[in-house]
Amino acid sequence: MLRFLGFRLLRAAVTIVLVVSFAFVVLRLSGDPAQIIMGADAPPEAIVAFRRAWGLEEPLWRQYLRYFGAIVSGDLGRSMRDGRDAIALVAERIPATLALTIPALLIKLGLGIPAGITAALHRNSLIDRAVMMLAVAGFTVPSFVLGLLLVLLFAVQLGWLPSGGQEGWRHAVLPIVTMGIGGAAVLARFTRSAMLEVLGQPYIRTASAKGVPWRAVVWGHALPNAAIPTVTIIGFMVGSLIAGAVVVESVFSWPGVGRLLVVAVANRDLAVVQCILLLVAATMVTANLVVDLLYGALDPRLRQRTA
Amino acid sequence: MSEPLVALRGLAVDFGGAPALRGIDLAVAPGEALGLVGESGCGKSVTWLAALGLLPGRARVTGSVRLGGEELLGAPPAVLDRVRGGRVAMIFQDPASSLNPVHRIGRQVAEALGLHGGLRGAVARAEARRLLDQVGIPDAGRRLDAYPHELSGGQSQRVMIAMALASRPELLVADEPTTALDVTIQAQILELLGALRRETGMALVLISHDLGVVAETCERVAVMYAGRIVEEAPVGRLFERPTHPYTQGLLGALPPLDGPRRPLAAIPGGVPEPGAMPPGCAFAPRCTQAEPACAAGVPEAVAVEPGHAAACLRATRDLVPA
Repeated sequence: MLRFLGFRLLRAAVTIVLVVSFAFVVLRLSGDPAQIIMGADAPPEAIVAFRRAWGLEEPLWRQYLRYFGAIVSGDLGRSMRDGRDAIALVAERIPATLALTIPALLIKLGLGIPAGITAALHRNSLIDRAVMMLAVAGFTVPSFVLGLLLVLLFAVQLGWLPSGGQEGWRHAVLPIVTMGIGGAAVLARFTRSAMLEVLGQPYIRTASAKGVPWRAVVWGHALPNAAIPTVTIIGFMVGSLIAGAVVVESVFSWPGVGRLLVVAVANRDLAVVQCILLLVAATMVTANLVVDLLYGALDPRLRQRTA
Repeated sequence: MSEPLVALRGLAVDFGGAPALRGIDLAVAPGEALGLVGESGCGKSVTWLAALGLLPGRARVTGSVRLGGEELLGAPPAVLDRVRGGRVAMIFQDPASSLNPVHRIGRQVAEALGLHGGLRGAVARAEARRLLDQVGIPDAGRRLDAYPHELSGGQSQRVMIAMALASRPELLVADEPTTALDVTIQAQILELLGALRRETGMALVLISHDLGVVAETCERVAVMYAGRIVEEAPVGRLFERPTHPYTQGLLGALPPLDGPRRPLAAIPGGVPEPGAMPPGCAFAPRCTQAEPACAAGVPEAVAVEPGHAAACLRATRDLVPA
């Protein structure tokens, strides 16, 4: 178990290093922050001074080493735009993002899993077809389109809810619903196919053949097995609690981490972008680690293999 | 036969227009061992899955299944749940995947004990342990906490049998219980089934494609072909005087134990598709003794002698007067 955990932790660390390095290289190669932040008509000497101030005239490998050294000591640099500490800048946006993504996650779980189970239990029935039609629709419509449609209906036509901003809970409803529906659709499809796979297994027939009532077959025999593949996709959703709202936050002008990322990328605000990417990589990797541990708890076959 | 324990009458199953069973009449007496043989796809398993209401929803089942005086076909789920694993238990072909991979063995056996005997907790565990002992699982106490993937195929089938015995059933339906196991284990499992039947007095229906397995374990045999029973007789009689050409073909395809080596006689052709049944006798197109009348109508089963029936036009005609 300790070896398993150690191996996973090492893998997690390598993943984070790779993400950070990749982001560093791509960002440095994709444009000159001095030009973009100072503006196209800034005097050349101002640009040189800006470069010197931020260490941009050094060779790339030295910038990279310096950057890594700083990360290890807990310093993620400052925003090139307003000079504030990047960590503080990102941290103050996290609550706003979580205020959208956590309720959205609850909608995904609360809507997607029961819908998938119901569809599987009534395979090929009217219920199944209706659920799957909605799921395919929710799954294929991109979130920015869905978001705009909801704005059109509930903000413009009906005038029930605001179309953007962050003044109160009413402003959060549309973005939460937009994210929740898409994720619920994905989860419904996943849960349905996992359930169908399990319901066709011989051990389900065994349970019925020994007189277990159908409800108990579903709860006691089918669900624990169907949970194993479903946990993967749930883990992915938990992992994207921080990063998953980029599009929706932009559509609804919600001042969260996602919108900060879009603005920071546009400005080549390197420290901020890298800080967000590090945070995203860390949450994703942590979620994966938890999923791996959950697998072991859910599936005795894996437990033995990894012990 | 004395009052039958289970009686199937005109049992027919249809999977969306493709008939899988076309009228099965079969009775099992208390305590008897009946073999059900035939090629794969002939409906042996479907017969008993249908009888216990275990087929998927799209299957249309008609006819009658009576257990004692009680009609099972169309019975409410609560009645079926009481019968299944209660008075009638069933075990399956692939023991390894027939046990739930995420539950411990002890829990799975105890579940049956709880459902049909009301046993819970430590009492159920002790009884589960006794059952594992009874079916010959070594170190039963520790095996209770094992998961299915930690058992061999033979051990898994023993656990399935232990689970089936939990309710002291009057009938055990064993659907190809040894097909997935290697030959030495096969013999052990058959021996175990025989011994348990002698100890408990339960009836046994052994579904198999292997005439040898059936001959060893059963007293009476029913031969199935394309969703019907074509011949039914006591084991000894069937081997001595097979009457239906299909049964004759099956026996002819067995290698002889003594005498000179000879090529095995295969039955030419293949089983007709459920959607494309020939008119009349389904075996006629493959039958070496077929005549024009065979295509005219489905032959009824007729008694060749008491306890021996065959569904062939020639069955009674060819009888040599005793």
